[in-house]
Amino acid sequence: MRGGHDMDAARDELRGAGVAAEADLRDDLTGEVRQETMIINMGPQHPSTHGVLRLLLELDGETVVRCKPIIGYLHTGIEKNTEYRTWMQGVTFVTRADYLSPFFNELGYCLAVERLLGIEAPERAQVIRVLVCELNRIASHLVYLATGGMELGAVSVMLYGFREREIVLDIFEAITGLRMNHAYIRIGGVIMDLPDDGPRMIRDMLEVLPGRIDEYETLLSKNPIWLERNVGVGHLTAAQCLALGVTGPPLRSAGVTADLRKDQPYSGYETYDFEVPVRTDADAYARYVIRLQEMRQSLRIVEQALERLDHVGGPVMVDDPKVAWPAKLSVGPDGIGNDEAYLAHIMEQSMEALIHHFKMVTQGVEVPPGEVYQGVESPRGELGYYVVSEGEHRPHRVKIRDPSFVNLQAIPTMVEGSLVADAIAAIASLDPVMGGVDR
Amino acid sequence: MRSDEIAAHARRFFPDTFSARDEATVIVERERLLDALAWLRDEPELQMGFLSSLTSTDHPGSDPRFWVAYELRSMPLRHRIRVKVGLREDDPHVPSVTPLFPTANWFEREVFDLFGVVFDGHPDLTRILMPEDWEGHPLRRDEELGGVNTRYRGAFIPPVDTRGMA
Repeated sequence: MRGGHDMDAARDELRGAGVAAEADLRDDLTGEVRQETMIINMGPQHPSTHGVLRLLLELDGETVVRCKPIIGYLHTGIEKNTEYRTWMQGVTFVTRADYLSPFFNELGYCLAVERLLGIEAPERAQVIRVLVCELNRIASHLVYLATGGMELGAVSVMLYGFREREIVLDIFEAITGLRMNHAYIRIGGVIMDLPDDGPRMIRDMLEVLPGRIDEYETLLSKNPIWLERNVGVGHLTAAQCLALGVTGPPLRSAGVTADLRKDQPYSGYETYDFEVPVRTDADAYARYVIRLQEMRQSLRIVEQALERLDHVGGPVMVDDPKVAWPAKLSVGPDGIGNDEAYLAHIMEQSMEALIHHFKMVTQGVEVPPGEVYQGVESPRGELGYYVVSEGEHRPHRVKIRDPSFVNLQAIPTMVEGSLVADAIAAIASLDPVMGGVDR
Repeated sequence: MRSDEIAAHARRFFPDTFSARDEATVIVERERLLDALAWLRDEPELQMGFLSSLTSTDHPGSDPRFWVAYELRSMPLRHRIRVKVGLREDDPHVPSVTPLFPTANWFEREVFDLFGVVFDGHPDLTRILMPEDWEGHPLRRDEELGGVNTRYRGAFIPPVDTRGMA
């Protein structure tokens, strides 16, 4: 520990430095305090940067003069890793990219690989995929609302958002055994059918959630503070969005009806009845309104999907032993695990089943050479998977076009010239997830 | 427009165009890349005004070694096309498309960072995901997975996969 003498000396030194700094700010001729800009780092560890986003801000008082987003703090090499694993293992990697929308990552990747294989998932699997994706969209938008609200001081909304998300995550846990990183959607379908009480849990949620969304609206939509912090903030016109590649709610808040579920439908989205909410104000408030409306639309889709599940039966995985995952699985207390009856079958009864299981697990599916780009509409915009195969048991390249990565480029355009406090609201309105940005 | 119609349309100007798996792909020489992208963007029948994605693949030992792929999307007409350009190993340069599509900025930085492809004319071609002082380009096929030494506060931490289980 430093002695008292040293502490005094340090204090004197600091005091001296302070005086010098103040003198430096005064103009030699006029004696007025000079206007100088200050450069500060916001992040990478900052509660309102949604993880580890670092912003280099040049400030003139409270006004942002220049802004440079710096990313890469959460780079985990997911794309590189997929090149060293089997095609099936790829699912468990990509689901961890944008961790708030795991099902969309799984779906985009699996659809791309399925197109390379020239197969299509059975109808029941497609309905389940739509069902879990729309539940996921609701969960993701609830996190936007919760964290976005917290950043602007609406702490109750933070608690409500996470409370309702818990309902959705409980459903995910019942279906997949996990709250996130599910690896539930697999090449050729989904890994297992819904549990018996799955539909009941979802119906219970459908009873509760619309009223809760009404509550958020009552709390926020006409709240003077919420309006003050969001209206006209983070403005980004349609032309700017398109030039910068911004998609999702920010693009739709600028009057562009762009939604891949409608534009280039996949998984049978063209057969569902839903609307794409669009606003024209192009600000943070419009994005808030759009996300609330999207949650309602997602509920509509979930309802339709549930109805279909009542009469669409059949398998949830393609009937092709060279593609389908061999194991029968069951949901255990810590995720999806091997079913004991199946284990007994391969270990004690059938040598052929064991060999097949071993081949599929260690080597897996072989994908013919080719390349495919598959886009899906994630809660944050266009999530694209560019998958290249050279005809091997492992991908040659998996490129994740993550919407958060691209949307983040718009931050300087949104915040330069505005207040620091507005920068927080603007970034929250993009709803970036750094796991997807850095991958 | 269907992908074979798009391909037929683009083939009039860019002969090396084909359609596979419902996707049209144009392969161009590096010198014609900007022309091709500008034409696809401005052609009234295609209107590919949105650059969805941009990335590269690496094929060591082949010529060209790198294939940079541009994914274009038409929002009004709801279709896509891919433009690919091959780059030699000893000359991995390609003109930056940021003047045509500002969104290419970070995509090109990422490809530069991870593959070492140089985008001539890019406003700020620096690493984006890896640390500034990183050596090498991790997504190249000849770079191994893992096995990176780490220095933390003066202590030297060997790669996990070379440490053994003790």
